[in-house]
Amino acid sequence: MSSEPSLEGLREEALAALASASNEAGLEQWRITFFGRQDGRLTALLRSIKDRPADERASFGANANTLKQELEAALEAKQQDLKAAALKALSTESAIDVTLPGRPQAIGRLHPVTQTMRDCLKAFGDMGFRVAEGPEVEWDRYNFDGVRIPEDHPARDMWDTIWVNTLIDGKRHMLLRTHTSPNQVRVLERTAAPPVRVVVPGKCYRQEATDATHEWMLTQIEGLAVDEGVRMSDLKGVLYEWSRQMFGADRKIIFHHSYFPFVEPGVEMAIDCFICRGDGRECHTCHGTGWIEILGAGMVHPEIIETAGYDSSKVTGFAFGIGVERVALLRWGIEDIRNFYANDVRFLSQF
Amino acid sequence: MKLSLNWLREFVDVDLPVPELARRLIDATAEVESWETIGAQWDPERIRVAEVLAVEPHPNADRLRLVTVEAGHGRQQVVCGAPNVAAGQKIAFATEGAELIDGHTGERAKLKLRPIRGVESAGMVLSEKELGLSENHEGILGLRPEAPIGRPLVEELGDIVFDISTWANRADLLGVLGFARETAAITGKVMREPERTHGTSARNVEDAVSVTIEDPDLCLRFTASLIENVTIGPSPQWMQERLQKAGMRPINNVVDITNYVMLETGQPLHAFDYDLVRGNRIVARRAKPGEKLTTLDGVEREFDGEMLLICDGEGPVGIAGIMGGGNSEVSATTKNVLLEIANFRPGSIRRTSTYLKLRTEASLRFEKGLGMEMPEFAQHRALHLFEQLTGGTVASGLVDVYPGKEPRKTVIVEASRIEQVLGIAVPTEDVRRILTDLGFVCHFVPPGRYSVQPPDWRPDIEIADDVIEDIGRIYGYDKLPTTMLRGVLPAPEVDPVRDLRERMRDLAAALGFQETISYTLSDLARLKRMVPEDDTLRSNPLAVVNPVAAQHAYLRTSLRPSVLETYASNRRHVDGALRLFEVGFEYLPVEADLPHERTVLCAVLGGGRETRWAQAGGERLDFFDAKGAVESFLNGIGVRAAYAPRAEFGFLEGHTAEVRVGKERVGLLGQVHPDHAAMFDIDEPVFLLELWVEDLVRHLPERPEYSAPSKFPEVRQDIALLVDAAVPAGRVLEIARSHRSGTIRISADLFDEYRGKGVPEGKKSLALRLRFQATDRTLTDADVAKGQQGLVIRLSKELGAELRGS
Repeated sequence: MSSEPSLEGLREEALAALASASNEAGLEQWRITFFGRQDGRLTALLRSIKDRPADERASFGANANTLKQELEAALEAKQQDLKAAALKALSTESAIDVTLPGRPQAIGRLHPVTQTMRDCLKAFGDMGFRVAEGPEVEWDRYNFDGVRIPEDHPARDMWDTIWVNTLIDGKRHMLLRTHTSPNQVRVLERTAAPPVRVVVPGKCYRQEATDATHEWMLTQIEGLAVDEGVRMSDLKGVLYEWSRQMFGADRKIIFHHSYFPFVEPGVEMAIDCFICRGDGRECHTCHGTGWIEILGAGMVHPEIIETAGYDSSKVTGFAFGIGVERVALLRWGIEDIRNFYANDVRFLSQF
Repeated sequence: MKLSLNWLREFVDVDLPVPELARRLIDATAEVESWETIGAQWDPERIRVAEVLAVEPHPNADRLRLVTVEAGHGRQQVVCGAPNVAAGQKIAFATEGAELIDGHTGERAKLKLRPIRGVESAGMVLSEKELGLSENHEGILGLRPEAPIGRPLVEELGDIVFDISTWANRADLLGVLGFARETAAITGKVMREPERTHGTSARNVEDAVSVTIEDPDLCLRFTASLIENVTIGPSPQWMQERLQKAGMRPINNVVDITNYVMLETGQPLHAFDYDLVRGNRIVARRAKPGEKLTTLDGVEREFDGEMLLICDGEGPVGIAGIMGGGNSEVSATTKNVLLEIANFRPGSIRRTSTYLKLRTEASLRFEKGLGMEMPEFAQHRALHLFEQLTGGTVASGLVDVYPGKEPRKTVIVEASRIEQVLGIAVPTEDVRRILTDLGFVCHFVPPGRYSVQPPDWRPDIEIADDVIEDIGRIYGYDKLPTTMLRGVLPAPEVDPVRDLRERMRDLAAALGFQETISYTLSDLARLKRMVPEDDTLRSNPLAVVNPVAAQHAYLRTSLRPSVLETYASNRRHVDGALRLFEVGFEYLPVEADLPHERTVLCAVLGGGRETRWAQAGGERLDFFDAKGAVESFLNGIGVRAAYAPRAEFGFLEGHTAEVRVGKERVGLLGQVHPDHAAMFDIDEPVFLLELWVEDLVRHLPERPEYSAPSKFPEVRQDIALLVDAAVPAGRVLEIARSHRSGTIRISADLFDEYRGKGVPEGKKSLALRLRFQATDRTLTDADVAKGQQGLVIRLSKELGAELRGS
């Protein structure tokens, strides 16, 4: 029995070996040495309990099991230590430079005119306006005659027209719409009875020279509300709400007299200058007036209401036309409208 | 319209500051664009009115004179080179330090006095140029004889000139009187009318000329008067000054009076040399087609049968309402003047001036519609001035042919209508005051109705709402409350194409594409880079008559050239990946109708794929990036498509696919043929994809195909199949994905394609990951084995596939 190691000796030897293990592999080696199923030293010891003399067997067995539990606990603790140390090393020696750039992900953006258009449509949509689109290539009877601008009317000067080169009965009738107003007529034509409450977004075209504030291709939103009881004060309310949505909750609006053949009365709307707030004589946005002209509007001319088949003594309406590019220019302080259709991604990707 | 504040003040008192007047006019009347201050630079201390007391020769120079002036501080002597200086004249006089414009250099400078040819000069007698009034430096500026000596010139001649845009329906606002009326209504002041009295001679105008209107549909009224024995000469300084401020050139007293009265009243006038009017008669008639006349501007013009001419006994002497003829022009030798003031049908004037491309001050007024009583008013105003300024005598009477005379209009305005339209009740006394100030006759008929007669000069007033506009604008739109629309909402506008288009825009951005918007008008050469000749629809785009530029002469029938051009222009300054898209219309011609505006999404991509380290030479975007994008688009909208090789003009064959849903083509993707890319100056592989929104919309599921996730585990299994190299992988996937094994669903993904060692020549190996799933139970090994076997048998039958390694 002399060759048999004492429990105490085995314990010391095992704990010392465990302490010197420095990684997972060392721990595994240690586990095999002492707990290996075949010839682990502790395994062998436990296996030998049954060979003990009967009187020693109980106490030796108890001591051996205590030792087993102690060594298992020590292994567990050592494993925890190593794991903690490894995590610590991950946060220190293996810390990454978080200021390095990330792996690039492609991101696209919508065109600023699209974004502005959508924001406008959202504002009007919240007030119950439906979106109704119409053709860009139009008949003159919708673009002009239907909105009370007959041939030989000086108001045709307000819109320099690009005509399509097709002759019908020897005359030109097809054109690129100069405004979205023709779709007013189309919507009224197909709506048997009021109410009508639509916004018409889309491209329009003008035969004019391009500069920082003028483009020959432009985007408009036409608004039209027709029903019994539609008043100019409602027009003011709707445009006030839109102005606040687009340009800030503290916006003020003002109407002044204007003329469009299809409305009566006709007005132009301005918002108070949110750049200089009315005190900047040098302000490039409002030119020192404190007000920024932003859109044309008015009450639908009774003749147009009658043409739609409604009774103009009961039914009234309002209409307005917004230049989307102008709104985009203003809201983002862009100085040149030509940026929009030059399609330089260095410009477009900033919005 | 240039409006002089001094001129305006002749008819209405204005005590508002200029910016305030401008603001109120903008609110209520017309768009004041800007204003110019005349005399802002004139130092009131140093530039004053003076009288010339004596003019003597300069002792040392023939061209110079010594002028003695009195400017309120005693006599002073100055040296002057002007030929027109004369004793008794009132002139503008500057003393040392006054800021002036140098007559020779045109630069602004302070006046420094020094002896001229040995004679001291106490100041300077000024020309228009030195004051910045005009370019005239020929002689000195003469002032009115009554100008008080010593008065600062800025008080004598200073003025504000407004630049105002007026409306297409308001010819009355093309006259100072129109603005005087508006100003009176806005400010509550009283308006004065211009002097219109004159004497008459024994001679009767009716004996001197007869007037016939042959076309009363075009000529609504024609008045004529005769002024005899005029002396042609310059008009007085004050008149010239006002004409100049309005942007007109003074010519002589007769012509200036006609222009002056037009600027004042808005009513154009025309003066003939009476002695050049043949046959003592005037006829207003339509031109004979091809008839010609050389107009005042020296241009010979030819007319069609719808143009109204003013003729004398032998032929045309003027184009009605537009321009007179050279043959009857007032000249330095004119003795007797025949003064025409008429009214014509506005549309006719507009048409003629458009066709002749001849816009004049007169045509701009006539085409907007003038008051029918204005000719008579303007006659007497002009005759007053003729008597005062030409020395002529006015023949008695007025020839007045007036076939267009109509009873005065009455418009009924219900008080309730005012509130119905404006949303606010305007008090009766305000309504009456506003309308009366604007020249309306307004009777209130209790309990709630106005009977209104619009003034003659406002033919734009036709209906009650026109009157309500006048009430509203003068009352002030700022008094309107802000209210919200009431009542029920109309039915939604249903437009699935628009809805899908917007979803696809969002998807495109989410997939990394930048939206662009390009001009929808292109040119044939650019279109044909991507449109084949045999696509007769697209290769014959609609042309426009008057493009803004030659490269915008055709409505595009394809977005492909647009996006490729955008790609190329951006490639110049962007390294790395470019992904761009545009949603727009192809404008496809339709016989005798508007074109079909076909909604298309077109995207383009190319360049180096994004990598972590920004460096050149990495992997490039390729066909499968384009295809992945198409798949994501379609996945995003819930449409399942198939792909097949396609030969397409402008694309590289073998690298181009059509996108199909069932039998229908819904799009295209592929590599742009390098030769075509080169036409856009693109020298790298570039890939284009196009999805046809109107075709896709028909295949949109009404709602997503939805099933609850199974509670039971799915079983995955990888298999490798050997197929002929020519078999498209897409066919294998299509079959695998459509396969069912009883109630078990099988889904399949391809995870490898391999040719080479271990795979027989002419074959390829496709690795598939199969997933088996039942919704009612956990699958057994037998289920899976059966499912797999069934699929492999089918693939073997249809495509000759065999399980690899079996």
